[in-house]
Amino acid sequence: MIHEFIISDLTVISIYVIVVLSFNLTVGFTGLVNLGHMAFFGFGAYASALLTLSGVPWYIALPLAGILTGILGAIIAAITVRLKGDYFQIVTLGLVFIAITISRNWISLTRGALGLPGVPEIIRNNFHYMLFVMAILTACVIFFYWLTNSETGKIFQAIRDDETATAILGKNTYLYKVLSITISTFFAGIAGSLFVHYIQFVDPTIFDLEFFVLILAMLIAGGLASIKGSIIGVFSLSILLTSIRFIFADISPELIGAMRQMLFMLILILILIYRPRGMFGKVDV
Amino acid sequence: MMLLLKNISKSFGGVKAVDKCTFEVEENTITSLIGPNGAGKTTVFNIISGLTKPDSGAIRLENKNITGMPAYKIAQSGISRTFQLTKVFRNLSVRDNMLIAKKTNDDEIKKILKSVYFEKSLDTIASELSYGQQRLLEIARALLMPHSLLMLDEPTAGVSPIVRQELRKILKNLRKDGKTILLIEHDMEFVMDISDTVIVLNEGRVLKEGRPKDIVKDKRVLEAYLGK
Repeated sequence: MIHEFIISDLTVISIYVIVVLSFNLTVGFTGLVNLGHMAFFGFGAYASALLTLSGVPWYIALPLAGILTGILGAIIAAITVRLKGDYFQIVTLGLVFIAITISRNWISLTRGALGLPGVPEIIRNNFHYMLFVMAILTACVIFFYWLTNSETGKIFQAIRDDETATAILGKNTYLYKVLSITISTFFAGIAGSLFVHYIQFVDPTIFDLEFFVLILAMLIAGGLASIKGSIIGVFSLSILLTSIRFIFADISPELIGAMRQMLFMLILILILIYRPRGMFGKVDV
Repeated sequence: MMLLLKNISKSFGGVKAVDKCTFEVEENTITSLIGPNGAGKTTVFNIISGLTKPDSGAIRLENKNITGMPAYKIAQSGISRTFQLTKVFRNLSVRDNMLIAKKTNDDEIKKILKSVYFEKSLDTIASELSYGQQRLLEIARALLMPHSLLMLDEPTAGVSPIVRQELRKILKNLRKDGKTILLIEHDMEFVMDISDTVIVLNEGRVLKEGRPKDIVKDKRVLEAYLGK
């Protein structure tokens, strides 16, 4: 029982780390606060579910979900990245509501609020699936370490610090910002695919802001522009989450859910006040 | 001729910031752009470097039309600049700040930094530098980027007298090396000491252009600065 429980948690935690790493690429490394990041995670989940349900094998559906999400990210980025600061954040937050509306109302495709059940498993054995997800996570971590230390990664960080200064050094900041969001959304799509093949179901609640708050808290707790921070941020908050489940085992699940939300908001507020760089952040929130 | 501005105009709302501004910058010279506050000097700099689009007029760099081009393309065409308020990449190291300007090795980076009397380690994070050191880093970064024209916007603003003296030496050395520099500066003693040509802007127009010793004697220039 406990064994299964740990396997399940480690699988989900590994997927969350991919989501937070990809979120950190735009927010922490490039300075683009893309509040619609979870819309891309959900899009990847729906894309992979629909592909596999229509007979496409998972080994094609998984990368294709990432590629389709990356293409969607590139199109949206091409339209929105010229917006500055708050305007960019408001527009990207709007993506979540568009995603909710489409997933609820395009019933012929998504079955609306009923969701898509029976999404095929990639690997039947949960332990093996955990190892599969961890292998992909390892590849993601290596890629993000490489990218953020590469010339392109340094240009992302220069844009975050001062876009005008980056442009007058001959860098096409528009293209680099689109590239950052494309890479970030590709990995969000991969994470969405891994998630949907694990829980074997997807419905519009995947776009809920509750989920976004969790990912945001993990990112901020770990720290912006830090790969290590993203990994430890997810692990530490996940352990905290699990502990609440055990400590308050007698309390109803609804109450636990509300307590969890309150706790995350409290953690966010405390971090923002007392430690604006989180645990390992390299820039202020 | 390195740079030519012909009838450049720019309005913000109803305010004419630059009004049919025309001047040239000769190769291998230091040209200073001076004028009272609000004369349009920084707007002219922003128009030349592509950060602001002019309403009308033309700009040519080494006989190539660069009017209205985006900033990154103008930079690639050969204009390197600094800002009135330094714009270093605060969370990047000195080395990474330099590498954004040009992919090169530590030896070249150190050489350029040494030429501007910058003494901190390459691994120092830019935000940990003093304002004067950040100013020198920004100039070094602008020098490292391949360019034909270097534009410096008030390089002595907010720096200590020691850094000011270093800047004077740096600019004189660059002049000796055959660099072409366009400069905005408020420190008249500094301007008169290092400039080959001085252009006086007032209310967005070129009021006077000439050698420093001629500029200081001009009645209209004195009026623009001190009032009638």
